[in-house]
Amino acid sequence: MDNGIVMTVANLIRDILMLVLGNEFIVSLIMKFIGIGALLGAISGAAIAFTYTERKVCAFVQVRLGPNRVGPMGLLQPIADMLKLMTKEDIIPNGVDRVVWALAPILLFVPSALAYAFFPFDDGAIFADVNVGIFLLIAISSQSVLTFLMGGYASNSKYGMIGAMRAVATSLAYEAPMVFSLLGIVMLTGSLRMSDIVTVQGDNVWFIVLQPIAFLIYITTCMAETNRTPFDFVECESEIVAGAFTEYSGMRWALFFLAEYANLLSISVLTTTFFLGGWTGPVLPGFVWFWIKTLLMLFVFLWFRWTFPRVRIDQMMSFCWKVLLPLALVNVLLTGVGIYIYRWM
Amino acid sequence: MEIVDIVPPILKNNVAVVTVDKLFKWARGNSIWPLSSGLACCAIEMMSTAAARFDLSRFGYEVFRAGPRQSDLLIVAGTLTWKMAPPLVRLYEEMPEPKYVIAMGSCAIGGGPFADSYSVVKGIDEVLPVDVYIPGCPPRPEALIDGMLKLKEKIMHPERVNEKTGTGNNEEKTEAVTA
Repeated sequence: MDNGIVMTVANLIRDILMLVLGNEFIVSLIMKFIGIGALLGAISGAAIAFTYTERKVCAFVQVRLGPNRVGPMGLLQPIADMLKLMTKEDIIPNGVDRVVWALAPILLFVPSALAYAFFPFDDGAIFADVNVGIFLLIAISSQSVLTFLMGGYASNSKYGMIGAMRAVATSLAYEAPMVFSLLGIVMLTGSLRMSDIVTVQGDNVWFIVLQPIAFLIYITTCMAETNRTPFDFVECESEIVAGAFTEYSGMRWALFFLAEYANLLSISVLTTTFFLGGWTGPVLPGFVWFWIKTLLMLFVFLWFRWTFPRVRIDQMMSFCWKVLLPLALVNVLLTGVGIYIYRWM
Repeated sequence: MEIVDIVPPILKNNVAVVTVDKLFKWARGNSIWPLSSGLACCAIEMMSTAAARFDLSRFGYEVFRAGPRQSDLLIVAGTLTWKMAPPLVRLYEEMPEPKYVIAMGSCAIGGGPFADSYSVVKGIDEVLPVDVYIPGCPPRPEALIDGMLKLKEKIMHPERVNEKTGTGNNEEKTEAVTA
């Protein structure tokens, strides 16, 4: 497998553009914009589609039918929701810090979308294959906590403030075990580059086999990163209304809502890349394998969301610091010992 | 109110209002997110409506939001006392336009069995503008679904509300909404 379908198509477009325009610089500029457009289209399309998927999976878990009246099989439901949210009144409460408050939902989309630059969708189809891939990815995706803090703090509401403080406190708790769980993979690969991680898994064995503890830690902390139910401390409806989003209405709130689903896709992609061998797989083209694994992981995350009851914040903090972090450190130690033994044999 | 009615009379011949209005009505009618607020026993029926047996989510109305800022519909499910009236009105005022109110059950319609009490609001229409009344003590989940579909009809065809006979004739249209 030298080049996947995505790169073949991209090269075809590039060749056609070269024939028409003839200027190398303009062609590569246009290609970059096509890539960005495709990526943003995929993110927002997926985010809207996932709201429908979530409701259907939720209905499946709870033995219900789910949306089935609006359009064929309820497929137009997310479109109706989005249109409605766009036409809702835009309330700016008294006493909010206007600039920060308005910026928060827009800025939340930046780290969620920026993380997609490092995802290897197919062989060669990766926007920025930098040699510090994982490092940059974690650095960027942990920025999203700042926007929750901005939104909650600027809302001038006690629920917003509590939600924002919780977002910051939990982000410290889950980031540490997450990073340490990925350290085992970096040790095995010997590289921080995303494409190397996938290639190594394709040549040898998927990392879920070699790093089962890291896999469990990673998906647990991922659930916390996306603020979904077992660890939904930013929103937690049953305690603090809607947490950091309490004062947001209409389209502003919809941006928070969409960013949550963009993050959901992003953690599914990351789990696929780190533990399930990314685009590698027999017979089928890499792009298809990538989406099969990603959608499978997506279903697993939705399944978790609707199966587990939510935990209290103190339970989650002590679980992350007292259980997950030591486990992740032990995993790093065991990986080191394993590598030493493997080399020695 | 129709968008057409907002157009000043002097511009009536110059402004064309096209079907985007219809699109928005369709979106609003098909995506009514209720505020999860319950006052008394009718709230149990409201929860039952959203649960597996009656499944409000078929119509896309199951997104019960905890905060008023993200919800469209206030279902007043239960007895409203004068003590509770100010917080409820405050919740209604915090909801963004367009917003709707359903009076669910006898208590919300006219005080129900507590109509003689000094502490009970005799019908929530004394404090809130009501769109749909659902009789019953408490109304069955089918009745709530029917009420929400009536609300959808009202949103999508506001002109039908003023018709005398119209579709408001409940006796003839009681066929249950089934899956």
